[in-house]
Amino acid sequence: MRPMSSIPWFRLASPASFFPLARRLVPWFSAGAAVLAVAGLWLGLLVAPTDAQQGDAYRIIFIHVPAAWMSMFIYIVMAFWCAVSLTFNTRLAAMLAQALAPTGAMFTVLALITGAMWGKPAWGTYWAWDARMTSELILLFLYFGYMALRNAIDDPRRADRASAVLALVGAVNVPIIYFSVKWWNTLHQGASVSMTSAPTMAVQMLTGMLVMAFAAWFYAIAITLIRVQAIIVEREKNARWIGELLPRTR
Amino acid sequence: MTRDLRLAIRSKAELGVQLLFYVIVVTLFPLAVGAEPTLLRALGPGVLWVAALLASLLSLPRIFAADFADGSLEQLALSTHPLPALISGKIAAHWMSTGLPLAVASPILGAQFGLTTDEGWLLALGLLMGTPTLSLLGAIGAALTLGLRAGGGLLALLILPLYVPILIFGAGSIEAVRAGLGASAQLSLLAAALLATLVGAPLAAAAAVRIALD
Amino acid sequence: MKANGLSEFLAMGGYAFYVWTSYVVAAIAVAVEIVAVRARLRAAVKSALRPERAASLPDDTQ
Repeated sequence: MRPMSSIPWFRLASPASFFPLARRLVPWFSAGAAVLAVAGLWLGLLVAPTDAQQGDAYRIIFIHVPAAWMSMFIYIVMAFWCAVSLTFNTRLAAMLAQALAPTGAMFTVLALITGAMWGKPAWGTYWAWDARMTSELILLFLYFGYMALRNAIDDPRRADRASAVLALVGAVNVPIIYFSVKWWNTLHQGASVSMTSAPTMAVQMLTGMLVMAFAAWFYAIAITLIRVQAIIVEREKNARWIGELLPRTR
Repeated sequence: MTRDLRLAIRSKAELGVQLLFYVIVVTLFPLAVGAEPTLLRALGPGVLWVAALLASLLSLPRIFAADFADGSLEQLALSTHPLPALISGKIAAHWMSTGLPLAVASPILGAQFGLTTDEGWLLALGLLMGTPTLSLLGAIGAALTLGLRAGGGLLALLILPLYVPILIFGAGSIEAVRAGLGASAQLSLLAAALLATLVGAPLAAAAAVRIALD
Repeated sequence: MKANGLSEFLAMGGYAFYVWTSYVVAAIAVAVEIVAVRARLRAAVKSALRPERAASLPDDTQ
């Protein structure tokens, strides 16, 4: 790996060098997430007007939409790092993917629950088998599959590579799955209202949603950076440099 | 590939078991929901497709397991022939012993659910195009989970989400015909899926096999 | 929407159950994740440091 580490970018690619960077970044992203969340909640719960059609029930979208966006975005990022880990055979990229998965799954579950909570008042049923929610459910299975495969393989490098292949195969299939579910939905429900068609957005609603989305993004980064530190320590604990890096008091 | 085929055909018992599994699963549904004709007609395509998925899933580990256990898979990986091609051969043998009989038998079972002759042909055609895709996708999962204790349940979790589009288009083709629209769109999509997986899946499965062997 | 009192805010136009369940579930999910991740890091560090302390003193050639 000598030639690679002479490129500045790749110097960061070792778990050892990334670890202190991750530690330094966490407080910034945590603080950012907290500030954005407070602002977003203020906008969403207090400033945004009551919707004409859905009353105050629509306020769920300030959680639901950012969660759904993050669930999909995190999967893409995870798949990206999986691709990097396979192409360059680096451990860190695989560790990043490993760190992202649980948070992605969490957001997916949150999107599903809040989607159901929104569905009942808005469309009369907790679960309507619409395209977006059904695809979201399948996305959850993809996350679980990735994590289950990792768990089932004892050798960490084999786990890295196998789950990376799985994540990439999944990523290729997500658009296909979404398209097929959408098709299935139109065939079976005709011109029914899409569950996730948002109310015509007042500016405050849109801003609130965007702010919450950024809050979720910063939160996800912070959590992932903490988790990747834990993963680095777990997997590299027999390495020489580990003693020097770790804070004594924690 | 001929060796795998010969092996597969020699185990005629296994062949029969796969088909029998399919028949039994399909028969379970009327037993569960009642034999009311309109209900069965409505459920039929879905049941026949889901059972095909499950039958395919059940037989997947067999693609690699025997060779993995006796070390001949490593030999294959080291041979001069490209691994994806060799794997395609194995998948083809697998399909001929599971998906193909299933697809051929399906119209007969379809009659149990009140499928018309035309619908029966459509079912068979759909399964003929869909089951190879299932075998191809399933091979990726089988390769990824080679030798793991977690086995069947894990394989199902990994593969079933990927199967969903095939299921939707396959069963949907019959629904479409019933609704008066043509099934050409679904069939073309099934064909496209088959072509895409024919190219991509052996590559992914080969990568997965190498990962498992390292 | 300047809430006419806290009670009206909490009522969420009659949809209190749905709205507040969503927000509470989100809060719980986030809290649990934060606690769990930090616990995981602490546990990893503890387990990494324990044998190191014993091994690093005589052995350290860095």
